[in-house]
Amino acid sequence: MSDFQLRRTMLYVPGNMPSMLQNIPIFESDGVMIDLEDAVPLSEKDAARILVRNFLQNYREHNKEILVRINALDTKWGEDDLRTVLPALPDGIRLPKADTPEIVETLDTMLTEFEEELGLPIGRFKILPSIESAEGVINCIKTARSSKRLIGLAFGAEDYTASLEIERTKRGEELFAARTRVVWACKAAGIQAIDTIFADAGDMDGLRRETELIKTLGFSGKSLVNPRQIDVVHEVFAPKQADVDYALEVIEAIQKARQMGTGVISLGGKMIDAPVVKRAVRTLKTAQAHGLIDIQLDEEVIYGQE
Amino acid sequence: MEIVKSAQSGTMQSSDLMIFLEPAEDLLIDIESTVKQQFEHLIRAQVEKVLELHQVSSGHIRINDRGALDYAIVARLEAGLKRACADHS
Repeated sequence: MSDFQLRRTMLYVPGNMPSMLQNIPIFESDGVMIDLEDAVPLSEKDAARILVRNFLQNYREHNKEILVRINALDTKWGEDDLRTVLPALPDGIRLPKADTPEIVETLDTMLTEFEEELGLPIGRFKILPSIESAEGVINCIKTARSSKRLIGLAFGAEDYTASLEIERTKRGEELFAARTRVVWACKAAGIQAIDTIFADAGDMDGLRRETELIKTLGFSGKSLVNPRQIDVVHEVFAPKQADVDYALEVIEAIQKARQMGTGVISLGGKMIDAPVVKRAVRTLKTAQAHGLIDIQLDEEVIYGQE
Repeated sequence: MEIVKSAQSGTMQSSDLMIFLEPAEDLLIDIESTVKQQFEHLIRAQVEKVLELHQVSSGHIRINDRGALDYAIVARLEAGLKRACADHS
């Protein structure tokens, strides 16, 4: 099971804009991804990475997860991006164009070398690979297991639809199979699935619909392009009080069942057994992460005593 | 480092600054800023510190500041120096 860090909202911040970088401490997203790739013009790649390094070195409160999206490793900028920003200790790297597991493995090796050079524990820097092409989607099941540093896979629909030579629609039927495969890959590997951006920052209803869809599919969160999108996504991901109440009832019921020597019991006419309990525990952990409840859940609740 | 060619760095966005560097015999620092009255001396001190660190002792450096914080001033100047200098160290 992956760590229980919330990653509902991973906000892109352009790497060459001081006015946006300086707002990172006050954005209420779960994490930010400082972008050295698409948001930075080719002529400013050298300057943006210096700006990002200096910003991070001065951002001492570090009150959210900080990833840096570097340029792809097959460009002439990727390695210099790492060399410049890693000493400023971001939490991890968002890796574009992770079309094959080998690309992630290459980054893993490079990060290990930088960690040795900087005297950091091996594994300090995490990786969030972008699955954003037909090839990337085909290979994502192996990519999800390609490194211990992975916190998840991030689906990138803009590049993906470009690689398929199709239009991206707001309804997203064209993304269904790819999204499902990315979620399978992540769940099987025990990491988080992060959905693509919703580009129309003015369309909150569309964003809400898409977020509800991807939550249903099994994603843990989305990449965002605009801070105004944060609240909507958090609202969709917040556990509903009714769900929390029901989960608490499930836990109570299963504990009662175990006292009676069984692993299955009926609650309001519905069967409660291990998978139901597992989902209830997940709801409660999420509620806890949202600060909605304050209870201790131990392994015994989930699996019972031997 | 020595400024051997003209270069610039930064942008005209708010909280940023633009820096123009040119070779010159002496060291000359011109500062224009939206907050010149209050902060010119601090910007100048920051610029001088970075120049000293990189052992740059001559050049004409023009700054058009839009309210940049220290980290951005340092970053833009470092990027400008990389573009304008030949490294003799």
